Amino acid sequence: MSSANELSDSDELSAFHRLRRGLARTRAGLGRGLRALVGEGALDEQMLEDLGDLLLSADTGVEASRSILEELERRGRGAASAGEVLQILEELLYRRLAACEQPLDVSTAAPFVILVVGVNGVGKTTTIGKLAMRFRAEGREVVLAAADTFRAAASEQLLRWGERSGASVISQGEGADAASVAHDALQSARARGADVLIVDTAGRQHTHHNLMEELAKIRRVIERLEPGAPHEVLLVVDAGNGQNVLSQLQRFGEAVGVTGMAMTKLDGTAKGGILLALAAHGAPPVRFIGVGEDPRDLRPFEARGFVTALLAEPEG
Amino acid sequence: MFDQLRDRLDTTFNALRGRGRLTEDNIRDAMREVRMALLEADVALPVAKAFIERVREAALGQEVLGNLNPGQAVVAIVHRELVSLMGEANETLALTARPPVVILLAGLQGAGKTTTAGKLGWFLRDRQRKQVLAASVDIYRPAAIDQLERVADTAGIDFFRAPGDDPVRMAGAALEEAKRRMHDVLILDTAGRLHVDEDMMAEIRALNAALQPTEVLFVVDSLTGQDAVNAAQAFHDALPLSGVILTKTDGDARGGAALSVRQVTGTPIKFLGTGEGIEALEPFHPERVASRLLGMGDVLTLVEEAERKLDRGKAKELEKKLRKGKQMDLTDLRDQLLQMNSMGGMAGLLSHLPGMDRLGAAAPSVDDRQTRSMLAIIDSMTPYERNNPEEIRGSRKRRIAAGSGTQVQDVNRLLKQFQQMRKMMKRMRKGGMAKLAQSLGRRGGGGPFG
Ligand SMILES: Nc1nc2c(ncn2[C@@H]2O[C@H](COP(=O)(O)OP(=O)(O)OP(=O)(O)O)[C@@H](O)[C@H]2O)c(=O)[nH]1
Ligand SMILES: Nc1nc2c(ncn2[C@@H]2O[C@H](COP(=O)(O)OP(=O)(O)OP(=O)(O)O)[C@@H](O)[C@H]2O)c(=O)[nH]1
Ligand SMILES: [Mg+2]
Ligand SMILES: [Mg+2]
Repeated sequence: MSSANELSDSDELSAFHRLRRGLARTRAGLGRGLRALVGEGALDEQMLEDLGDLLLSADTGVEASRSILEELERRGRGAASAGEVLQILEELLYRRLAACEQPLDVSTAAPFVILVVGVNGVGKTTTIGKLAMRFRAEGREVVLAAADTFRAAASEQLLRWGERSGASVISQGEGADAASVAHDALQSARARGADVLIVDTAGRQHTHHNLMEELAKIRRVIERLEPGAPHEVLLVVDAGNGQNVLSQLQRFGEAVGVTGMAMTKLDGTAKGGILLALAAHGAPPVRFIGVGEDPRDLRPFEARGFVTALLAEPEG
Repeated sequence: MFDQLRDRLDTTFNALRGRGRLTEDNIRDAMREVRMALLEADVALPVAKAFIERVREAALGQEVLGNLNPGQAVVAIVHRELVSLMGEANETLALTARPPVVILLAGLQGAGKTTTAGKLGWFLRDRQRKQVLAASVDIYRPAAIDQLERVADTAGIDFFRAPGDDPVRMAGAALEEAKRRMHDVLILDTAGRLHVDEDMMAEIRALNAALQPTEVLFVVDSLTGQDAVNAAQAFHDALPLSGVILTKTDGDARGGAALSVRQVTGTPIKFLGTGEGIEALEPFHPERVASRLLGMGDVLTLVEEAERKLDRGKAKELEKKLRKGKQMDLTDLRDQLLQMNSMGGMAGLLSHLPGMDRLGAAAPSVDDRQTRSMLAIIDSMTPYERNNPEEIRGSRKRRIAAGSGTQVQDVNRLLKQFQQMRKMMKRMRKGGMAKLAQSLGRRGGGGPFG
C-alpha cells in the first residue's frame, strides 16, 4: 500500500487544476450556461427567466434562485456591458458562498475529535479516509473509530483506509455497540497522545428517530469522556442529493448539532447550486468539497476559488 | 417519500376547487404552482416542463369532465399524466430466459447496488424459489467484495469470489460458476461509477457485452436531485437498461428522481428499496404512487375505468350513487366483485376507492382467492339482508356461513370490510375529496410514502 506521501507531491501547484477538472461538469452545466447567457448582452426578462431555469436545474432551489435573480436584476440593470454583468454575478455568488467558507483547524485540541455523520452512501467513510491521508501528510497522529457497526464490511472498509494512510483503526466488529466503539477509540487516542480522532458512523435516513437517537448517544458518550468534544460534528452530504440536503442538515442538526459540512461527489454532478441553497439557509461552514475519488480530490472549500473555477472560460 | 410534493399539490388544487370552471387563466395559475411544486420536489426541469405542457393541453381541451369543478378536473388530468409519467403498471423481472438468467446492476457511487443485490437475491430465493448466485466485480472500493459476501450470506444465497482483477474476466468466471452449479439466476454487482467517467462507462459496456444479461437494472438513489436525468440518460445511452430500482425511499426524498428517471430512460421502475434490511424491497406500482402523491384514492379513475371496462349501466348507477351520496349496499359490492377480473382484481378496485390506500393497517385487504368466497357469502344472503347489512346478526350469520360453505368469521370479515368501504363513501360525500384526504391524510404513516 502507498503511504501518506501520495498527497504531498506538487500538491499546491495542481490544486487549482484539480478543482477545475473536478468541477468541469458543474462548469459545463451552470458556469458555462451563466456565462453564455450573460454574455448575450443586456439583462432582459427572457434572460432572467433562462437564468432562473439554469439555477433551478443546478439544484439551487426555488428560494435561493429567486433571491439571486432579484439581486442581479437590481444591481445589473444599469450595467453597460455583458462583461460587467458577469462581474456582478461573480461577485454576488462569491459573497453568498463566502458565508460558508471557514476552514477546519484541528490544532485547537488534542485529540481533536471529529464525529462524522450523514445519510446512507454519501461518502462518509471515503471522506474519513481522505482526511486521514491529509492529516497524516501534515504529520499528525490519527486514530479512526469504526463506529459503523451496522453495514456489512464497514469496518473492513475503514481498515483499508487505515492501512493506506497510516492511521490506527479501532474496531469491535459487526453488531457491536457503536457508542462503545467511540468510547474505546477515544480512550485509545488519548493513551497514544493522538492529534486527531475521527469517528465513522453508519449511514442513516434522518427520518428514522431511533437511529438518530443512537447517534445522539454516541455524541453523549464522547462528551462525557472528554469535555469539549466532539470538537467538530461533520455532516457529509452528496452534491447530487438536491434539495433534500437541506432537510438532512436540519434533522442531523437537531439530533447532534452539526458544526461543519463536507460535500462529496461534486465531480459527478452538473450541479453546484446546492451550495448556494445551503448558503441561503445559513448553513454551517462547508469545510471540504470532494471533487473525485483520489485522496487529493478532497479540498478545503474556498469560495473565491470555487466561483472562479465555476465561471472560468471553458478549456481548449 | 413524496410528502412535501403531495402537500403542495393539495394546496394548489384546493385553491382551484373554489373556482367556477376551468379557464385559461386559472389553468395557467395552477400550472405555475404545479411547476414550482415539481421543481421543489427535485423533478428535473425538462421533465417538469414537458409534464406541465401535457397537463395544460389536456386541461384546455377538457369538455368531457365539464360537470366537475375545476379542482377535480385538474386532479384527474394530473393523476392520469403522473401515471403515464411513471409507467402504466407494475413490471416484474423477466426470468423466463434459459438459466442462468443474468441480472446486471449498475449505477452511481453509493446508490445502493450492493445492498440491492442482496435484497434481490433474497426476494428471488424467498418468493420465487430460485437458486441464486451473487458475484461482484467491484475491484475499486475498499472491501466492496467482502460487503457483498456478507450481504449474500444474510440473504441465504450463494456467493462466488471471482479470481483476478479484470472485471470482464471476473464476470465471465462468475457466469461459468453459475452454469456449473446450475443456478437459476446470477446477480452481478458492479462498482459505482460516474456517468461522465469514460473509462468506467466503457468498462460497464464491456461487462454487458460479455455477459448479455437478461436484466440490466439502473440502481438510483431516490434522494438524487436535478442531476438524476443526466445520470439516467448516460446509463441509458451506454446500456440496454431493462428497469430501474429506486433506493432509500424510506427517507423523506421529494420524489423527483422517481418522476424523472422513468421519463428519461423509458424503462419501468421495477422495485423500491425501503430500508437497509434484506427484506426492504417492494415491487413498484405507478398507479398507487400517483394516487398517494395526490393524497387520495381517485374516484374519478374508478369511474373512468368502470366506464371503459365494465357494464356501462352498472357503472353509471354506482357513479350516481356515489355522487348523490346514497349508501352503497351489498348488492353493489356483489356487482363489483363479479366484474372485477376485468379490472385487475380486488386490489386494483380497492386502490381506486378514496382513502383506501391511506388507511394503512385498517384498510380491507382482500386477495383474489377471497373474492370467490366473498361472492358465495353474498349469494347466500336474502335480498333484504343485502340491502340491510346491519340486520345480519347471530343466527343469520350462521345460516349464511353454512349456505356459503364458510365460517362465521368469514362472514364477519366481509361485513366489516363492507362497513369500512361504506364509511369511506360517506366521508367522501360529506366533505368532498379534499376533506377526505385531509382527514385520512397526514396520519398513520409507515411504508415508503408515509
Ligand atoms: N466520484 C466520487 N465518488 C465519491 C466521492 N466520495 C465518495 N465517493 C464514493 O461514494 C461511494 C460511497 O462512499 P462511502 O464512503 O462508502 O459512503 P458512506 O457514506 O460511508 O456509506 P455508508 O456508510 O454505507 O452510509 C464509494 O463508492 C466512494 O468511492 C467523491 O467525492 N466523488
Ligand atoms: N435507508 C436505506 N438505505 C439503503 C437502501 N439501499 C441501500 N441503502 C444503504 O445505502 C448505503 C450504500 O449502499 P451500498 O449498497 O453500499 O451502495 P453501492 O451502490 O453498492 O455503493 P458503491 O459500491 O460504493 O457504489 C448503505 O449504507 C446501505 O445500507 C434503502 O433502500 N434504504
Ligand atoms: Mg461508511
Ligand atoms: Mg457496492
